[in-house]
Amino acid sequence: MKSTLLHQARLKQQIWLDMLFRGLTRLSAFGVLALLLAIIASLVIGSMPAIEAFGFHFLVSDEWNPVTDEYGALVPIVGTLVTSGIALLIAIPVSFGIAIFLTELSPRVLRRPLGIAVELLAGIPSIIYGMWGLFVFAPLFADHFEPWINDHIGTLPMLGPFFAGPPMGIGILTAGIILAIMVIPFIASVMRDVFEVVPPMLKESAYGVGATTWEVVMKIVLPFTRIGVVGGIMLGLGRALGETMAVTFVIGNAHELSKSLLMPGNSISSALANEFTEAVGELYTSALIELGLILFFITFVVLSLARLMLHKLGKGEGQTT
Amino acid sequence: MLTLYTRRRIVNITGLLVSMLAMAFGLFWLCWILFTLLSHGLTALTPAVFSQMTPPPGSTGGLLNAIAGTLMMSLLGTLIGTPIGILAGTYLAEFGQRGWLAPVTRFINDILLSAPSIVIGLFVYEVYVIRVGHFSGWAGALALAIIVIPIVIRTTENMLRLIPNTLREAASALGAPQWKIVSFVTLRAARAGIITGVMLAIARISGETAPLLFTALNNQFWSADMNSPLANLPVVIFQFAMSPYEDWQHLAWAGALLITISVLTLNILARILFRQSATTH
Repeated sequence: MKSTLLHQARLKQQIWLDMLFRGLTRLSAFGVLALLLAIIASLVIGSMPAIEAFGFHFLVSDEWNPVTDEYGALVPIVGTLVTSGIALLIAIPVSFGIAIFLTELSPRVLRRPLGIAVELLAGIPSIIYGMWGLFVFAPLFADHFEPWINDHIGTLPMLGPFFAGPPMGIGILTAGIILAIMVIPFIASVMRDVFEVVPPMLKESAYGVGATTWEVVMKIVLPFTRIGVVGGIMLGLGRALGETMAVTFVIGNAHELSKSLLMPGNSISSALANEFTEAVGELYTSALIELGLILFFITFVVLSLARLMLHKLGKGEGQTT
Repeated sequence: MLTLYTRRRIVNITGLLVSMLAMAFGLFWLCWILFTLLSHGLTALTPAVFSQMTPPPGSTGGLLNAIAGTLMMSLLGTLIGTPIGILAGTYLAEFGQRGWLAPVTRFINDILLSAPSIVIGLFVYEVYVIRVGHFSGWAGALALAIIVIPIVIRTTENMLRLIPNTLREAASALGAPQWKIVSFVTLRAARAGIITGVMLAIARISGETAPLLFTALNNQFWSADMNSPLANLPVVIFQFAMSPYEDWQHLAWAGALLITISVLTLNILARILFRQSATTH
């Protein structure tokens, strides 16, 4: 009789421990949600003074003057979007080529080491890319490439104004190129993972009816993984948009809107990195925090779309085709 | 007039050549960057780097205080972030089959995984630095912990999902309560994978610069006080590389090389560990 009582007490204790453990894990999972809400809330609260002072005008004004306390986000927003756009323009075809090479072409012996190399390079801290850009790439670019761009593209009727300007080596175009070099390994490794989802049977049947490797890639692999490829690109875009260090070194930090890609500009993240600790006055700080809020909003949308797309592809995996 | 067959072959060969060129193009930049890093970094990497403090402009010195600060903050960030990450990951894998919390958390976590790290710095500034009134090592560690959490959650969940259900059922059949099953059976079986995740997280935070700019700031002198601004390698590299002084720039290269080597080593170790555990299971 006594032993069953003891047994019941111990059982109760275990049930209680179970609940405690489950509650603890649940609380941690809930913490992630709370973290996101807290980030959004703190950014919104921090940018309230700027939102009240400038309203919607903040988004379309290119004024940035700490002396008169006039702030507008147009220059950094445009800088962020343009540098990321340039980066994707370069990175998408290159990463696509790398992913095809790694999944379809590479000799078996090289496939693993090259794949690992790409993944390792995706992990190199972005400050390294920034430093390399500033000390090695920018001088080279200014001496050898920008004069050529000036002479050959800068004189064209339509495109000209975008590529005219003093060859300084530092500017929007340089920042875009450095960003591209940085996101290439990242996008390439996502694309490779996505390409590996394609059932071998599909590819083999295409080869069986006489398709060339290129045809298999374009007509079997790519249509099958389209959503995942776009998702991977969007992940890369999310990375490029929020990147701070690789851009800050080479973008030139000028709060001026200029047509030319060779001129220095600014991005949201580099404006924050350069000015935040030195910002004095409530409105200045608050304007910078509002920049952060805008950046978070843009990347949130891009990353959500990316994840939804990759998720969709993951679901398709289980279906029989 | 080309026959269809020749045209297809030409298209095929061009396409494949272009993709090989893309691979070469990608590797070219990355080799170049690593080469620059090694050639600048190795000459700057003297014993003084590990034994002296960061110097004022114009004189020689080392990076000792920055290395110590980075180690301290990374360690604390990992210690704060890892338990939360493992618990939340466990929830997603073991308990979250029903209800809305698990899918929503998974989605949010994926977004936090690649959220701009500078915004995390802003967040910690807003909620901690302003309250306390000064920059501090604790704020830096907190920002790094926020970066660690999503990475650990992701790997913990993925690794727990690899554990066969029969293992859970066997433990359950022996009458083990759920907390024992999870902590003594499944988490233990997934241990190597989770450690891999933690190592990858450490690799990620040891090079993070942006979130430390507004939290730990920098400190030119030796300090082990987590409650004051703390020197750390990434911010020192940023400051020194942007400066016009050559001594500082040399030190920045030495620091950059140190960070890259440690990040790459951690990544490779994590990979080896994971592979070993995959072959023994």
